[in-house]
Amino acid sequence: MGGVYSLMAIGLTLIFGVMRVVNFAHGDMMVWGMYLAWLLAGRAGIDPYLGFVLCAAALFVVGLVVQRGLVERILDAPHEMQILLMLGVALVLENGALVAFGPEPQRVRSPLTLATVWVGPLFVDVARLIAFLVAVALTLALYLFLARTDLGQTIRAAADNAYGALVIGADVRRIHMVAFGVGAACVGAAGALVSPFLPFQPSFGLSASVTSFNIVIIGGMGSLLGAFVGGLLVSLAESLGAVFLSPSLKELVSFSVLILILLFRPAGLFGARAA
Amino acid sequence: MRWAVLGGVAVLLALPAVLGSYAITVFILIFFYAYLGQAWNFVGGYAGQLSAGHAAFVGIGAYTSAMLALEAGLTPWVGMFVGGALAAVLGAVIGFLGFRFGLRGFYFVLLTVAFAEVCRIVALNTEAIGGALGLYITFTGDPAQFQFTDNRAYYYVALGLMLAATGLAALVERRRFGMYLTAIREDETSCEALGVDTFRYKMLAMVLSSFLTGVGGTFYAFYLFSLQPGSAFGIPLSIEIILRPIVGGAGTALGPVLGSFILTPLAELTRAWLARGGWSGAHLVAYGVLLVVVVLFLPQGAYPFLERRLGRRRRVTGPR
Repeated sequence: MGGVYSLMAIGLTLIFGVMRVVNFAHGDMMVWGMYLAWLLAGRAGIDPYLGFVLCAAALFVVGLVVQRGLVERILDAPHEMQILLMLGVALVLENGALVAFGPEPQRVRSPLTLATVWVGPLFVDVARLIAFLVAVALTLALYLFLARTDLGQTIRAAADNAYGALVIGADVRRIHMVAFGVGAACVGAAGALVSPFLPFQPSFGLSASVTSFNIVIIGGMGSLLGAFVGGLLVSLAESLGAVFLSPSLKELVSFSVLILILLFRPAGLFGARAA
Repeated sequence: MRWAVLGGVAVLLALPAVLGSYAITVFILIFFYAYLGQAWNFVGGYAGQLSAGHAAFVGIGAYTSAMLALEAGLTPWVGMFVGGALAAVLGAVIGFLGFRFGLRGFYFVLLTVAFAEVCRIVALNTEAIGGALGLYITFTGDPAQFQFTDNRAYYYVALGLMLAATGLAALVERRRFGMYLTAIREDETSCEALGVDTFRYKMLAMVLSSFLTGVGGTFYAFYLFSLQPGSAFGIPLSIEIILRPIVGGAGTALGPVLGSFILTPLAELTRAWLARGGWSGAHLVAYGVLLVVVVLFLPQGAYPFLERRLGRRRRVTGPR
C-alpha cells in the first residue's frame, strides 16, 4: 500500500503546491479511478494492471476540466469559497458514483489477485507487489517530469511564483490545467492499482480523502518528497495498527493523528510554509 | 421590512389550518434546517470560521436528550438544554484548539471534520448508546415527553426554534458582538491591531453556535424517533447544515431562512422523484451542483442578491 499512498498524496500535494487549492474531491477521484478499472475489466476484459493507464488518462481529463471550468475562476477568491467549491465537486463525484454504480461494494477480478510469490524470506501477494512497484515507478516518472522536462520546470516555476511565471511568458492557465490533470491522474492510477485487492464503494472516497490529507499534512503541504515519505510512513503505521487494533479503532486513530498533527505540526515534517 | 417579516410570520402561523400533512412535513423540515443553518451562521457566517463538523453537535444533543429520557426518565424539554450544554462543551474544546493554535481556512475545516468523525466512530462503537444499531424511542404521544400525535405541534415547535434563532441573529447583528464577528471575518489581523480580543469573540460565537445546534439535536431525536451514528454525526448532515446559509446568504439574519425555503423543498422533490427510480444519491448530486453554481455566480448568497436587486423597500418576494 505504501507506494500507492505516496502516489495518492503526491497528486494532492501537486495540486496544492501549484494552485494553492485543496482538492477535497481527491478521494472521490480515486473512487472513479477504481470504478473505471472495474468497468474496463468487466466490460472490455482489460486487466487493471494495464487499464490503470486508461484510468489515469480519464482522470487527467477530469482534472483538466475541473481546473479549467471551475477552479481557475476562483483562484483569487477567499479560501472558504475554494473549499466550498471543492466540497461541491466532491459531492457530485461521490454521489454520481452512487447513482451510476450503486452502494454495493465491488472488487475487480484479476488473475493475479490470489497469486503469491516468495521475495527472499518474505511471502508477498503479487497484486500488492505490482501495485507497489508501478506506483513507485509512476512517482519516479513524475519526479523526472517535474525536474527534467521544460513543462515540468515551468510547473515548478508557477508553483513557486505564479506571477513571476506569467512575467517570463509562461501560459500559467495551461500549466494549472496540466498540474490539476496530472494530480488527478496520479490518484486515478492509484485507485486502479489497488482495485484488485481493495473492495470499494462510493463512500470510500471520503476515507481516501482523509488518508491523503493525513499524508500530505504529515509530509508538509506542497512538498513532493514529504508526500512520498509520508505515504510510506502512514501505510506502515496503518499496517502495524491493523495488527493490534480493530478496524474501527484504526479509523479512530487516523482521525486522532490528523487532529494532533493539525495542532502541533501543521507545516508537516518537510514543509517549510504553514498556510 | 419589519412589516414584511411580521406578515410572513403571521402567514406561517396560520398556514397549518389549510395545509395537508405532507406539506406540513416539508415545512417542518424547512424550519428545522433553517434553525440549524442559523445556529451554524453565528460561527460560520458572521465570524467566517467555516465549520464542516456541526453534525457532531446535533448528534451529541440528540443522543444526550434521548439517553436521558430513556434511562433516567428526564423529559426532553429539560434534556434539550443538557444536550445543548454538552454540545457547547465540545464546541468550546474544538474552538479553543482551533483558535488557540491559529488554524484557519482549510486547516480549521479539517479539524472540525475530524472531530465530528471521531464522535461518529465513538458512538458507533459504544454499545451503551446503541452502537451501530442506534437508539429507538418508543412513541407515546405524550407532549411532556416531546412527542406529539399531531404533526402540527411539531410544526409550531420547529417554527418557534427557527424564529427564536433568527431573532437572536438579528439582535446579535445589531450589537457590538455581531459587529466584531463580521469584522473578524473580513480582516482578522486588523481587528487584532485595533485591540479586539478576536479569540474571545470567536470562542463565544462557537459556543453559542454549538449550544443552539445541540438544542436542535433534541428535535431531531424526537421527531425521527431513531438515531444512528452515521446519520446523526455524519458528514452529509454537516453539509446539509452548511448549505442553506451559504445558498441563502451566510452572515445575514434571513439568509439561512431563505436558503432553507429554497433548498429543502428542492431536496424533498428530488428525493421523492428520483429515489423512486432507485437513484438514492441524486439529491446530493443536485446539492453539489448547486454549491458549485452558488460559489461561482452568487458567492454572497441569494439574500444579499435579492436585497440589491429589489432595493430595501420591496423585499416581499418569497416567503420568509
